[in-house]
Amino acid sequence: MKRQGIFINIGERTNVTGSARFRKLIAANDYEAALQVARQQVENGAAILDVNMDEGLLDSEAAMQTYLNLIASEPDISRVPIMVDSSKWTVIEAGLKCLQGKGIVNSISLKEGEAPFLEQARKVLRYGAAVVVMAFDEQGQAETAERKADICERAYRLLVDTVGFPPEDIIFDPNIFAVATGIDEHNDYARAFFEGTRLIKQRCPHVHISGGVSNVSFSFRGNNLVREAMHACFLYHAIEAGLDMAIVNAGALPVYQDIPEELRERIEDVLLNRRADATDRMLEIAERYRGDGAKLKVVDDSWRELPVTKRLEHALVHGIADHVEIDTEEARLQADRPLSVIEGPLMDGMNVVGDLFGAGKMFLPQVVKSARVMKKAVAYLLPYIEAEKGDGPPVAKGKIVMATVNGDVHDIGKNIVGVVLQCNNYDVVDLGVMVPCAKIIETAIAEKADIIGLSGLITPSLDEMVYVASEMQREGLDLPLLIGGATTSKMHTAVKIDPAYSAGPVVYVTDASRAVGVVQNLLSGNAKAHFASEVRADYRQMAEGRRRGRTDRQRITIGEARANKADIDWSGYTPPRPVKPGITVFNDYPLDKLVERIDWQPFFTTWELRGRFPDILDDPKYGEAARPLWNDAQAMLKRIVEENWAHPRAVIGFWPAAAESDDLRLFTGEDRKETLSMIHTLRQQMPREGDKANLALADYIAPAGSGRADWLGGFVVTAGPELEGKAREFDADNDTYSSILIKALADRLAEAFAEHLHERVRKEFWGYAPDEALSNDAMINEGYQGIRPAPGYPACPDHTEKRTLFELLDAEAKAGVKLTESFAMWPASSVSGFYFAHPDARYFGLGRIERDQVEDYARRKGETVAWVEKWMAPSLAYDPEEDKARRDAA
Amino acid sequence: MTRSDRLDALDQLAKQCVVVLDGAMGTMIQNLKFNEAEFRGERFKDHGSELQGDNDILNLSKPEAIEEIHHAYLDAGADIIQTNTFNATSISQADYALQDLAREINRVGAEIARRAADAHTAKTGRPAFVGGGLGPTNRTASISPDVNNPGARNVRFDELREAYHDATMGLIEGGADLIMVETIFDTLNAKAALVAVREAFDEAKVELPIIISGTITDRSGRTLSGQTPEAFWNSVRHARPFAVGFNCALGAKELRAHVAELSRVADVKVSAYPNAGLPNEFGGYDETPDQTASHLGRWAADGLINLVGGCCGTTPDHIRAIAEAVKASGPRVVPSVPRRLRLSGLEPFEIQAA
Repeated sequence: MKRQGIFINIGERTNVTGSARFRKLIAANDYEAALQVARQQVENGAAILDVNMDEGLLDSEAAMQTYLNLIASEPDISRVPIMVDSSKWTVIEAGLKCLQGKGIVNSISLKEGEAPFLEQARKVLRYGAAVVVMAFDEQGQAETAERKADICERAYRLLVDTVGFPPEDIIFDPNIFAVATGIDEHNDYARAFFEGTRLIKQRCPHVHISGGVSNVSFSFRGNNLVREAMHACFLYHAIEAGLDMAIVNAGALPVYQDIPEELRERIEDVLLNRRADATDRMLEIAERYRGDGAKLKVVDDSWRELPVTKRLEHALVHGIADHVEIDTEEARLQADRPLSVIEGPLMDGMNVVGDLFGAGKMFLPQVVKSARVMKKAVAYLLPYIEAEKGDGPPVAKGKIVMATVNGDVHDIGKNIVGVVLQCNNYDVVDLGVMVPCAKIIETAIAEKADIIGLSGLITPSLDEMVYVASEMQREGLDLPLLIGGATTSKMHTAVKIDPAYSAGPVVYVTDASRAVGVVQNLLSGNAKAHFASEVRADYRQMAEGRRRGRTDRQRITIGEARANKADIDWSGYTPPRPVKPGITVFNDYPLDKLVERIDWQPFFTTWELRGRFPDILDDPKYGEAARPLWNDAQAMLKRIVEENWAHPRAVIGFWPAAAESDDLRLFTGEDRKETLSMIHTLRQQMPREGDKANLALADYIAPAGSGRADWLGGFVVTAGPELEGKAREFDADNDTYSSILIKALADRLAEAFAEHLHERVRKEFWGYAPDEALSNDAMINEGYQGIRPAPGYPACPDHTEKRTLFELLDAEAKAGVKLTESFAMWPASSVSGFYFAHPDARYFGLGRIERDQVEDYARRKGETVAWVEKWMAPSLAYDPEEDKARRDAA
Repeated sequence: MTRSDRLDALDQLAKQCVVVLDGAMGTMIQNLKFNEAEFRGERFKDHGSELQGDNDILNLSKPEAIEEIHHAYLDAGADIIQTNTFNATSISQADYALQDLAREINRVGAEIARRAADAHTAKTGRPAFVGGGLGPTNRTASISPDVNNPGARNVRFDELREAYHDATMGLIEGGADLIMVETIFDTLNAKAALVAVREAFDEAKVELPIIISGTITDRSGRTLSGQTPEAFWNSVRHARPFAVGFNCALGAKELRAHVAELSRVADVKVSAYPNAGLPNEFGGYDETPDQTASHLGRWAADGLINLVGGCCGTTPDHIRAIAEAVKASGPRVVPSVPRRLRLSGLEPFEIQAA
């Protein structure tokens, strides 16, 4: 692999100082997920992986070794070189001992003097790595050109002459600092970098120069257009001076020549420090160029000059629906039959889309837009095809029946998969949500389907999928079964679903992008048997591995776990009394309050655009797909707000509460005499080390007998059913893109509502933090007091507790939110949960629970053990059937 | 001749012709069919573990047999003979509870080869060189031994480095002219060896040429730890070896493409000592001396190699035929490769200065 041009795509998400998500994964010892981060980066084109474990609370040496050893076991990841990144030499050395390849050390410098520099350089050479050297010496970071060159030359002589370091393996980083900061001393920083680079290249043959370019435009944060123009100008001059590698979002850069003359001149005045008033003159015009970098591109309509087949292809690939009916009509007039337009130019165009998607050059939002164009063209042609009474629509490559299973209402992921399959010329019969098992099977038989695809978001749907699989077996079907959705997993598919349906292949599909490949394999005569048997063998091995893993796992009893509950000193704590106890209802909540609270990250994840918001908008790979999606989402939100499409509703409540072991007793009044209801919580049962507790949510409420009068809160919020109606209107207009878009936005609005209301609860309704003032980022990072865990999610995975919560709040009447028999909420864009106010309260994952707790929990809830085992199946540490067999034998 | 005279002579020889390495030591020892008592000899007759199969201990218990094998290869035309120390690290010798003797086995192994080489030079006037062999050990630093725990390792870099340091000191003390880090299936093991070798050079105040020889384990064309030939070269180039190459695992026919790849990218001499073909169903090797020699003769004629010999299954007859076959050709011309920053994971990655 040879690099083209100056930009080396260095994967920087495997860096705990740069990625909060990666830091959390490493801190939580979730190396499996952390490994996925590395894999994604390599899949997305990273040529080098930067690994950094510099975090105060981590054993950085151990984390570095563990992570690099794991990477070494993954050929897909370890094919690229590693950049071992740390400010601590011991961490660098620990990392170098794990690399069979030749990596890069980032970094060493003369900061602590020559002796440690020489020792470290010798070791780097012996371990066989290249090295980044910062322009930093005993006096500090080099700011002027002369000092940059002096320090680098001194380092060069020591490296090459004293240590024998190959000069081509040296990468100097002469420090790029921010300019136009308003501080006069900073005015020459960019020019000093150019000049310093030139001098270093003259005095130090064969070395490379590198730099993180985004620093230079730091003063213009929030104005991406100006920042990107600055980066382009900076690179133009830096490359001329000898810069070899730049760490920058290359995809977002405008072409130097395309930058408007006036802007370019003023930027260069700043970068080259050409006039004393350069900063002021740049600030003068910067506001005029606010916007995103893509806008610098001129709208290019020249494709309209192409022949009609090429125009259709262009429209499909670029998702432009504006001219599709005119072009389709033109193609129809030229074709012998209307059907030939579909089979010819339209199908050809979609094949191009399919190829680009398969090659990772198009992303989901773009493909869904292509589908919209296709559907519009086909809809236009249908009357002509019917009038001709020909032999109907063209033959698809296969027919797939898809459904969200009974009890579940979530369908965004399923709809995306459906669109992607349609784009690849598969016939999709979408049965919608809450589809009973019998209907799925009947439809599959009646439609002579080739494949059934099941989707679900909440955990009870897992059981429903096992049921559908076993019914397919019983009915004698043998067609492939695809499993997907947020709560499904390869492990569950392997352990539960696959064994229930031995008659046909069962395949877990991670995301929509994989669906086409899987379906292709399953429908190809030759590859099918091989593919299916490989998948099954993989699942059997996984299931077997899990069985073996079970036998020697450690366990502690529920009694031991309770003895290690969260250590809260209730004598020193006075629970705050809610300012407004009882029930409060909110109708038609103002939408603009919610829009500003939207967390956009999950929105992009829905579309399989993985990256941090807002960086993803400038991402070299995803940016081109993410920016239009972002603009479309903003436009749609604007309509939702201005045209009053949604009427969000909510209900909240607070009740006097006391903990009794793992249960919470709620009272009708503050005299705490009459019981209103019981809330049942579950306790972590994994062995804990050190002072880590075995947590249950009940730990955060003052126990009965503590003398403290504590409270529990609860809430249900919904974006309302109206947006689902809008989605149906879009569907009817063949606009699947807008349909999926509005559903994804409805989900975001519901989440934003929950966040916003939680803030008001803290400040006003419970009122224990009246003076809280946090930024949106701090909010997203949960930097506030108290939590709002939701039944069905990690801290309390029992969905059935929603029933109690909904009764307490009278949620169906007060907020219009219903529960399905699987305890999914309808409308789907709804959120519910409990409020806990104690400052120690935090989110945790329950993990798996043992049979002793299940028995105890069943007794507390007044249900049977089998009932609890059914609803808690994904959280059980044991297999109830195996367990029963063991008991029967004993 | 002093060591420095010999090293000058080796440089001269390598400029003029393809240098000939010896053939298999293990195959020759196997043919002697020593029993347990013979492996033990007098010194280890009461040793607590079985020793049959520990070829390296024969340096101490049957030195004359080893010396005879060296003579057979020298007489066949080998310029460099390799010490009988393939498994003589403390890590590998721990299988026989002999880890404490690692340095001695290496030192004596080098002394035996030294005696044979010096006697040969005295007899014929032809310089002969001793390559001190460092095998791969029976552990791997970058592959997990446990399929359920990919992060697990049965050996750490520093343990390998210490074991290799000990072994290298023994080889230097015993009179080795070169160090051969060979049969590398995991480049991280080799990198630990290369750190250890440099540290041993510092300690003994010598600097010997190093030959680095990897193993392509199957027709995927990669090392066991997954590297391509070019990635492997990028990983070890920093050690500034005398030569880099491949040995073992494949026969000459299967190995050619990979040696050719190395020959294209490496700006040092290239060595190769393949097996006598692929093993038959009984684990033996069937390729005749003429067959092996005809392949390697063509390699030399095509300018692919600077040093050539044999690995598993080859005998003095193979070496005689190989020496004859490469005699007519000159050595490969070491290419001058542009200076570039060349990195690697499992695959190479090159950065060009702008």
